[in-house]
Amino acid sequence: MNMRQRLARIEGLPIIVVFLVLVACFIAASPEVFLHLPIYYSFLTTVPPVLVLGLGLTFVIAAGEIDLSFPSVIAFSGYVLAMLYKDHGLIWPAVGLAIAAGALIGLVNGLIVAYVGVPSIITTLATQFFWGGITTVISGGLSYSLREVDETSMWTVFVGKIGDFPMQALWAIGLAVVLWFIMNRHRFGEHVLFIGDNANVAAVVGVNVARERVKLFTLMGTLAGFAAVLLTLENRNFFNTQGQGYLLIALASVFIGGTSIFGGQASIVGSFFGAFIISMIEAGLTATGIQGFWVRAVVGLVFLAAVIFHLIMEQPQRRARLVQMFKLRARPGS
Amino acid sequence: MGERTYQHMVRMERIRMAYGNVVALNDVSLTVGRDEIVGLIGDNGAGKSTLIKIMTGVVRPTGGDLYIRDERIDLSHYSVRRAHDWRIETVYQEKSLGEKQPLWRNFFVGRQITTRLGFIDVKKQKAITNDVLRNQIGFRGAGISADSPVQKLSGGERQGIAIGRAMYFDADLVVLDEPTVALAIKEVQKVLDFVRSIKERGRACVYIEHNLAHVHELADKLVILDRGEVVGTFKKGEMSLGELTRFLLDLQKEKAGGVA
Repeated sequence: MNMRQRLARIEGLPIIVVFLVLVACFIAASPEVFLHLPIYYSFLTTVPPVLVLGLGLTFVIAAGEIDLSFPSVIAFSGYVLAMLYKDHGLIWPAVGLAIAAGALIGLVNGLIVAYVGVPSIITTLATQFFWGGITTVISGGLSYSLREVDETSMWTVFVGKIGDFPMQALWAIGLAVVLWFIMNRHRFGEHVLFIGDNANVAAVVGVNVARERVKLFTLMGTLAGFAAVLLTLENRNFFNTQGQGYLLIALASVFIGGTSIFGGQASIVGSFFGAFIISMIEAGLTATGIQGFWVRAVVGLVFLAAVIFHLIMEQPQRRARLVQMFKLRARPGS
Repeated sequence: MGERTYQHMVRMERIRMAYGNVVALNDVSLTVGRDEIVGLIGDNGAGKSTLIKIMTGVVRPTGGDLYIRDERIDLSHYSVRRAHDWRIETVYQEKSLGEKQPLWRNFFVGRQITTRLGFIDVKKQKAITNDVLRNQIGFRGAGISADSPVQKLSGGERQGIAIGRAMYFDADLVVLDEPTVALAIKEVQKVLDFVRSIKERGRACVYIEHNLAHVHELADKLVILDRGEVVGTFKKGEMSLGELTRFLLDLQKEKAGGVA
């Protein structure tokens, strides 16, 4: 095997290069910040919820589906955690039930998609509004301040620090490793890829498509519930719109990472670095002092550019057609 | 599995399939002998595909009985996996391979070699796939390996893979759904040779084909479906190719007459 083949075998290499280039740009722009560790610890504190969501979405998108309901899972599960801790003094049961709430929402999504046959984009759009609304109603629109939560064992375990290294980053990295193996080496991951590739083929070769779809959405809900735990504990606060900022960047991290919007192909490594890339871009833009809505506009643009880039790379015939189109346009003028 | 002592590989009795008010199959009965090649003929919409999907566990009929190796099957528990357990393998036209997936996944999907926790033994699956590619299908030096994705293969190569997979899993019944559609002539010949080899190994085959010359030459028995019903069953030699063609044309006329 020569060097080139060996490099080609490294999953997500282009995206790792993009990530390193981006870090280099940041160092060049402001060496006094980016040549020191604290900024990286700060990223490792804020990126994990995005990362955990991105990992789940990688499975969903690889299966040719979409989940838009996770921002409301982050709100609802966060509420469950905050309410059980603050009003009932529960600690570990609160964590368990918050994650279980996410799993339940995912399970319901999955049942509707797999057995009722409603397309996932419609199902999860509706359940996003439903659970978002429910959260606002039962929380009374109030936020919960969880100031003393950092004295609990759950806080130490999920978002505490080892030296300066944040625990949530360990959890996210651990999950990424486990989910890489599930995607690439486990029966379930293979079934997800075949369903995304062609659901009819998957059924014909003996994949129980409906059951795997239910598992898929349940996994996504569970991970969103976990992301909610990390986020709520880190913030020491719950507010009922806490998931809203995540819709765009979590999806963007998956598409930047190169998972196919057509399904059937996924890159966990890509989503991992994609989460850091989009979060760094967001943080970098915010640091330049431009206004918040500009940040969103740029993130939206990066999202779209990444999708278009991978679309063109993935489909040579589309690339050829695009080139052809420009040639035809150019000719009359020349 | 030992000796194949059964009389019929598959026996279907009064199989009925309705999608709402639309009746796709109406009391269809048919048998497939232990080493018999059964040719299924019929127009588009005659119900051929539905029939084999029931036989192979992809869809569940609304009524009727299914016997495999003379044993009555509980249809409510019948599935593709159960069909695999009974050594029934299907080669669907263009529809049995995942385009973007490498061959080693396509070979084993649905019955992966796994640990107890469900993790796939990738090394073993790749080794077996490469072995079958080289020694059974004969893809020598064609630049095709276990890591090649299906989308890089030609139509004939894809059929070769699907058929090779059926051979590897030692099928007692191979169901072929229009395996020669969209193939070059040389590749068609390869597929027909394979169908013959199934019988030579003493195995059964159900073969859906539009090309009457092919199916007439190969099949031990021809079953003709029309609008969800069996309208004719002929043994090899009972009908010449010309007579068969005329029979089918008459069916067409009848249908046209019925509409007018």
